[in-house]
Amino acid sequence: MSALAAGPGLVEWLLLAAVLFSIGLYGVLTRKNLVAILLSVELMANAVNLNLIAFSHFQGNLEGQVFALFSIALTVAEVGVGLAIVILVYRQKGGIDADELRELRG
Amino acid sequence: MQAWLLFVVVGSVLVGSAVAVVATRDLVRAVLWLALGLITTAVAYMALSADFIAAAQVLLYTGGIVTLMLFAVMLTRRLDGAKVAVAAGLGGTRGPIAGIALFGLLAVAILEGSPARGERLMVADSAGLGVAFLTRHVLAFELLSVLLLAAMIGAIALARKDTQTPLPRTTRPPLPQDDA
Repeated sequence: MSALAAGPGLVEWLLLAAVLFSIGLYGVLTRKNLVAILLSVELMANAVNLNLIAFSHFQGNLEGQVFALFSIALTVAEVGVGLAIVILVYRQKGGIDADELRELRG
Repeated sequence: MQAWLLFVVVGSVLVGSAVAVVATRDLVRAVLWLALGLITTAVAYMALSADFIAAAQVLLYTGGIVTLMLFAVMLTRRLDGAKVAVAAGLGGTRGPIAGIALFGLLAVAILEGSPARGERLMVADSAGLGVAFLTRHVLAFELLSVLLLAAMIGAIALARKDTQTPLPRTTRPPLPQDDA
């Protein structure tokens, strides 16, 4: 991978972001509680931002940081609306179990 | 040498807190583990010369999103006090297989296509970030503010308690002589 010289390179940071993304995906697929699913989505978004900023650092470019800041703002908006929907589901059903949301199933 | 040490420490805290988020049974603990992971990511951003993003990360993610998640957790407790169920859906072996398969795919892509170690390492430049926002990316910046306004209004409109009085009638109610 990298010579043990100046520190971790781009590849190491990208692999760390890939690990976090995969763990987040596992959480999204496995959890039943809606808020827990949103937490795992947060994890995946965080990994994406880490990826962007690592690229920005190692290419000497600011565009990656701009993109990451946009991504952070969009994630905040998505979580706000997502949690509003979770609260609506809770009002309808008394709980937020993803297995109980079956009305649209074929 | 200390760059490697920082990377290993940050990496292990990140991976450990991520595993704790997806594996713990208690939802409040999961949110707090995520908060730890997000703060550690801010440390990683500082190591990657993104000082402003690190500050924004702590403010927005840890200060904003974690607070929202805690509100949501408190507001959506099951009324009978049952513990949050964790593994369902793709529990067992299919969940981990999906995660490991995705990681394998990403690792192959990263290792195959990695560029040569660029030597143009950056220095933290928050002023340059501000200039970039207001010159090269100003359209996206303005659209982002519109989007945030829309998200705010949408979230309030969705989650508001319905306390409106019914609209005034525009047709008269049916009278007995109508059935003749």
